Amino acid sequence: MSIRYGLLALLDYGPKYGSQLRAEFESRTGATWPLNIGQVYTTLSRLERDALIEPAGERDGKQQRYRITENGRRELADWYRQPVDRSHPSRDELAIKLAMAVGTEGVDVGAIIQAQRHHTLKAMQDYTRLKAQALADGGPESGEEMAWLLVLEQLIFSAEAEARWLDHCESRLMRLAARRPARPRTGTQPDDTGAAHDAHDEHHVHDDEHAHDDEHAHHRITGGTTA
Amino acid sequence: MTSPTAASGAAPILELRGLGRVHGSGVTTVHALRDIDLTVSAGEFVAVMGPSGSGKSTLLTLAGGLDNASSGQVLIEGTDLGTLNKSQLAKIRRTSIGYVFQDYNLIPALTAAENIALPRELDGISARAARKEALAALEEINLTEVANRFPDEMSGGQRQRVAIARALVGDRRLVLSDEPTGALDSETGEAVLALLRKRCDEGAAGVMVTHESRYAAWADRVVFLRDGTMVDQTVSPTAESLLASEVKR
Repeated sequence: MSIRYGLLALLDYGPKYGSQLRAEFESRTGATWPLNIGQVYTTLSRLERDALIEPAGERDGKQQRYRITENGRRELADWYRQPVDRSHPSRDELAIKLAMAVGTEGVDVGAIIQAQRHHTLKAMQDYTRLKAQALADGGPESGEEMAWLLVLEQLIFSAEAEARWLDHCESRLMRLAARRPARPRTGTQPDDTGAAHDAHDEHHVHDDEHAHDDEHAHHRITGGTTA
Repeated sequence: MTSPTAASGAAPILELRGLGRVHGSGVTTVHALRDIDLTVSAGEFVAVMGPSGSGKSTLLTLAGGLDNASSGQVLIEGTDLGTLNKSQLAKIRRTSIGYVFQDYNLIPALTAAENIALPRELDGISARAARKEALAALEEINLTEVANRFPDEMSGGQRQRVAIARALVGDRRLVLSDEPTGALDSETGEAVLALLRKRCDEGAAGVMVTHESRYAAWADRVVFLRDGTMVDQTVSPTAESLLASEVKR
């Protein structure tokens, strides 16, 4: 869907060939979402079918230039006006992975969280280096450079949100683990010591500052016996 | 846990070797920090992340010679802080290390230029020379207009940038910052990070404690602490960065 409107938006600047559209789309988004030329021509065919664009002049060999129609301009204006729909979120592999891992015996949820946090931070470091380059020498000058910077910052903010969510998951799991006994692996009952400790935890107002409790809980979520 | 990596070829400015800090004794013993090995070289910027109580601030306090380790060593440019007497330690803290705190710690009765000049005067240089250096430092961060303003006449971002200028004036090669963006809005926080990054690119070694991944991402390496232990760290940038083959200008 976004490619369709992305191409319409670029054609609003004037008639273009498919190869030009691909190059300009990638330039504005820093090739974050690379397009293959087949996708471009398939999308152009659909836009033409829907009377949102039309051929501009005669075919130049194998290439055809397109221009936006009045219908296309109206459709584009509608797209700019409408908020992007967030009511049907796409499937998120990380959320699914954690949802499957929590409570699964033998799966180290803490390790999954840390591995992801490491990866996400690394990606943010890379984005941030690109951003520092984009901001060097007085920052973006052209519309294309500004578009690229905004896309980069969107990637940084998304990664940051993921990192914060991972911190939150870890903290929530640790609080839970501190309150509940670790699920026994082989059906054995917790011994008296464990039960007494858990009773203590029940009455303890857990606080992130309590490193001992955190440590105890951490072993539970990373020890392969998730609460 | 992989061994800590220093920026290739650059001289180590800060070395933590088997560093530990224990509070209390007997049943009340708390291991605030355990067996930390970390080397930060000239030109390198390292961020330290971890939940509350993980030992981030303890690490920074020990690295800056503001507290004594229970075990292990802290070396600043090869000097073991544990071998120094009080006055030697005070001198190395004053001449080799710059500190940046969340609440700026500027002296309210001194102007921006006087705040920056003060540590240099304490180093023993003349007030006139110290002021000249302070004005040059302000010029470098494009803040000459606040030279004669008192801290309460500056914005939070200006105060923090002045604090960074003060931290690095003179020959200080190590800058330790504890949540330097804590009270700042997003854009101002970024300006502070850009300044710290620039100072490291120019040859300082930086260690920053932060809980914000967006700011940690300005660092060359991110170290993760948990329960006083270093559990993970990202590696310094290499040609094989994640995006090298994906996102390119």
